[in-house]
Amino acid sequence: MPVRVQTEDFDLSTEVAALRAGDARIGAVAAFVGLVRDINDGAGVSEMTLEHYPGMTEKALEAIVAEARGRWALFDALVIHRVGPLQPTDQIVLVAVTSAHRGEAFAACEFIMDYLKTRAPFWKREVTPEGARWVDARETDDSAAARWNAGGNS
Amino acid sequence: MSVRILYFASLRERLGRGEESLELPEGLATVGELKDWLAGQGREALGQTPNLRFAVNQEMARASDPVLDGDEVAFFPPVTGG
Repeated sequence: MPVRVQTEDFDLSTEVAALRAGDARIGAVAAFVGLVRDINDGAGVSEMTLEHYPGMTEKALEAIVAEARGRWALFDALVIHRVGPLQPTDQIVLVAVTSAHRGEAFAACEFIMDYLKTRAPFWKREVTPEGARWVDARETDDSAAARWNAGGNS
Repeated sequence: MSVRILYFASLRERLGRGEESLELPEGLATVGELKDWLAGQGREALGQTPNLRFAVNQEMARASDPVLDGDEVAFFPPVTGG
């Protein structure tokens, strides 16, 4: 499965090793790991909870991976996104892709993350000293995703 | 017609429910009309959520998209994963 939504943590080395095992065509692996920070929008964050839309979230992630594979020559791609309660320093998301050369791998990895941030149904709720709050979407995430439609895909 | 309606994140909290199945009145044809009707049925938060997003049968949808009998329609605020 190229897409997993899970409460459990993941191990980057284990996942990348499995992704590229035995495939001598692969010349490049690019991986991104997103983490829980202890500060957001000027407030301390002591805990974060991630909610998702079971069924649609997996489909949306699979569609994003499929789109990336249509744009770049990838051998494989993996997305793991955690849900449920998380603490600062915890891992949230892993995107890893394999290709022959670094250009495709870097671009596809960034593309998948940019699209995930704006198209995959996940919502963050964080606990701060002032109480719990739902994280607002950022305009910078929309512009990051939009630039892939301006022909800047290589 | 009957539809299953889902709410997520801040909208779910404000409405005090994550899902419901409802029998819709005659003449209700689009996601936008469904939203307006629900907001008039005591679910005011639907009309008060900035940039409210929609999905029909687990695909992103627009307000002008049709709603059909048996559909699963979801309402939620902009996504914030990653």
